[in-house]
Amino acid sequence: MSVRSYIVDDRERKTFLLDREVLVSEDILRKEMAQIFGRCWIYVGHSSELKEPGDFRSRKVAGRPVIFCRDQAGQFHCLFNTCRHRGAIVCTQREGNARRFMCIYHGWTYGNDGRLLRVPGDDAYADAFDKAAYGLRRPARFEDYRGFWFMCLDPEASPLHDYLADAKDYIDMVIDQSPSGQMEIIAGVQEYDVAANWKLMVENSVDDYHLPSTHSTWLNFMANSGVKIEPPKEAGLVLPTRGLAVELGNGHFTTDNVNFRGRPVAKWIPLYGEAAKREIEEIRNELVGRLGEERARRVADTNRNLVIFPNLVINDGSSVTVRTFYPEGVGKMHVTAWALGPVEESENARARRLDAFLTFYGPGGFATPDDVEALELVQQGLANWSEDRWSEMSRGMGKEGEQLNSDEHHLRIFWRRWNELMGAQA
Amino acid sequence: MTAPVAAKHLVTRAEVEDFLYHEAALLDEWRLDAWQDLLADDACYYVPSNDQPESDHRRALFLIADDRERIRQRIIRVQDPNCHAEYPKSRTRRMISNVRILAVEGDLISVAANFVCYRFRRYERIREYVGSYRYVLRRAGDSFRIKERRVLIDAHELGSLGSVSFIL
Repeated sequence: MSVRSYIVDDRERKTFLLDREVLVSEDILRKEMAQIFGRCWIYVGHSSELKEPGDFRSRKVAGRPVIFCRDQAGQFHCLFNTCRHRGAIVCTQREGNARRFMCIYHGWTYGNDGRLLRVPGDDAYADAFDKAAYGLRRPARFEDYRGFWFMCLDPEASPLHDYLADAKDYIDMVIDQSPSGQMEIIAGVQEYDVAANWKLMVENSVDDYHLPSTHSTWLNFMANSGVKIEPPKEAGLVLPTRGLAVELGNGHFTTDNVNFRGRPVAKWIPLYGEAAKREIEEIRNELVGRLGEERARRVADTNRNLVIFPNLVINDGSSVTVRTFYPEGVGKMHVTAWALGPVEESENARARRLDAFLTFYGPGGFATPDDVEALELVQQGLANWSEDRWSEMSRGMGKEGEQLNSDEHHLRIFWRRWNELMGAQA
Repeated sequence: MTAPVAAKHLVTRAEVEDFLYHEAALLDEWRLDAWQDLLADDACYYVPSNDQPESDHRRALFLIADDRERIRQRIIRVQDPNCHAEYPKSRTRRMISNVRILAVEGDLISVAANFVCYRFRRYERIREYVGSYRYVLRRAGDSFRIKERRVLIDAHELGSLGSVSFIL
């Protein structure tokens, strides 16, 4: 069934408008739960978070409490954290190592592969009661791409590998930082709420148009730290270097920017200190030796903010952050952000990566709090949506060929895909 | 050891409390230049991620892990009208209690204190940061300088507190 379009996508008049109702409507949020979060592949966690058999993490994914765990054989699982008996949470710890999860209510006990192992007083049940049928339920699909695990509630969905489309190349580029091809989630998670609709975070994560106005204090900090911030030289650019917006299929997209802000792997900036120069050069030499000059340049000299539709962002910028967010109401989202680094990184390189992370990202960073402020101001402004209905997103539309990171091409990719999945006809 | 030397090294809780209350007043009043005068040249300011309160910032992702220079840059930033998260500035009110001197080694004094920091932004609802401060103070004449300032937030996650865009 087709419904009215939430966007005006007029390619002749080069105009793109978004109906602001999609950012404020409870009905639309309910529909998103089914049409978007009920059908797309949603990020669960990274294999490095579960190093040993029996390791588990309990968390909410797409609003569902799940246990992301490994069984005794080392196999990865994603189990709904809900007792089959009467529905209580069975794993109350955030993380740990366990062979079994016991529901505290009546003692039903499950293995770390989800099987129901024990029902106290099971002689009171009729013969038809089959324990084997009462394992913890799990999402219809659970697959990984190079250690990034996703779940999907739609049994008919295409495999994760196909779903990710060209986004895989950009995940590969992040992983190429590691000599062994193994990246790990670093301890310490940043979890915070933003009083704004979740889709505003998607826009913000790739929107480089906002940098000079929202993040001038960060640019000043970089300049104060000896990083050269030159005014842009080309029409349409707002940043010192050139960057593109790239479509990756299935609603995924990325920015692809010539770096000016430094890279722990591997582009030295004065902020890292003279003492770091040598190690960063060694890291770079390793990249060139392993990947060749051209690929090494792609990995080391570009930064990329990648959106995996609908709600996973991998920012390979001042550091690498894996960030996911989920609506908790129409005007509120919960954000979870981790740092990602090569497993074999030296102690100093790891410390540099974490320090570089904090120069920009996170609730105490020099930039993220101002992003949060911007998104919250949008949400507040949207209270006038019924009288001031349309958001303008046409930037760059009049241009053929390459689209800049500061255009709104990639935002339009998101909204077109979102509009399509919501059953609207553009 | 002679009596006068021992007396010189004696630290009383009242002295430490006076110092912490003074610091809290400077922060609540946004007198950040005066606050910086309380810092030692090698001062550090840490806010660990909520799930890693006892970690090392070189191994775990923190919310804030500033050395002296980064603190200086942070102060420049939060005083800039273009620091949108703090313009207009948050109003804060800190309550400090349960002050304890944990150890005295040479001229360094380890201190723990509980805090509640109420934060108000524009007309939105109050945000309450609750936790403990861990200080390493260095004796400086008849006062102290802050060598290390660590803020441990009790909440399991930052959640609705949102950000730490001011000096907590």
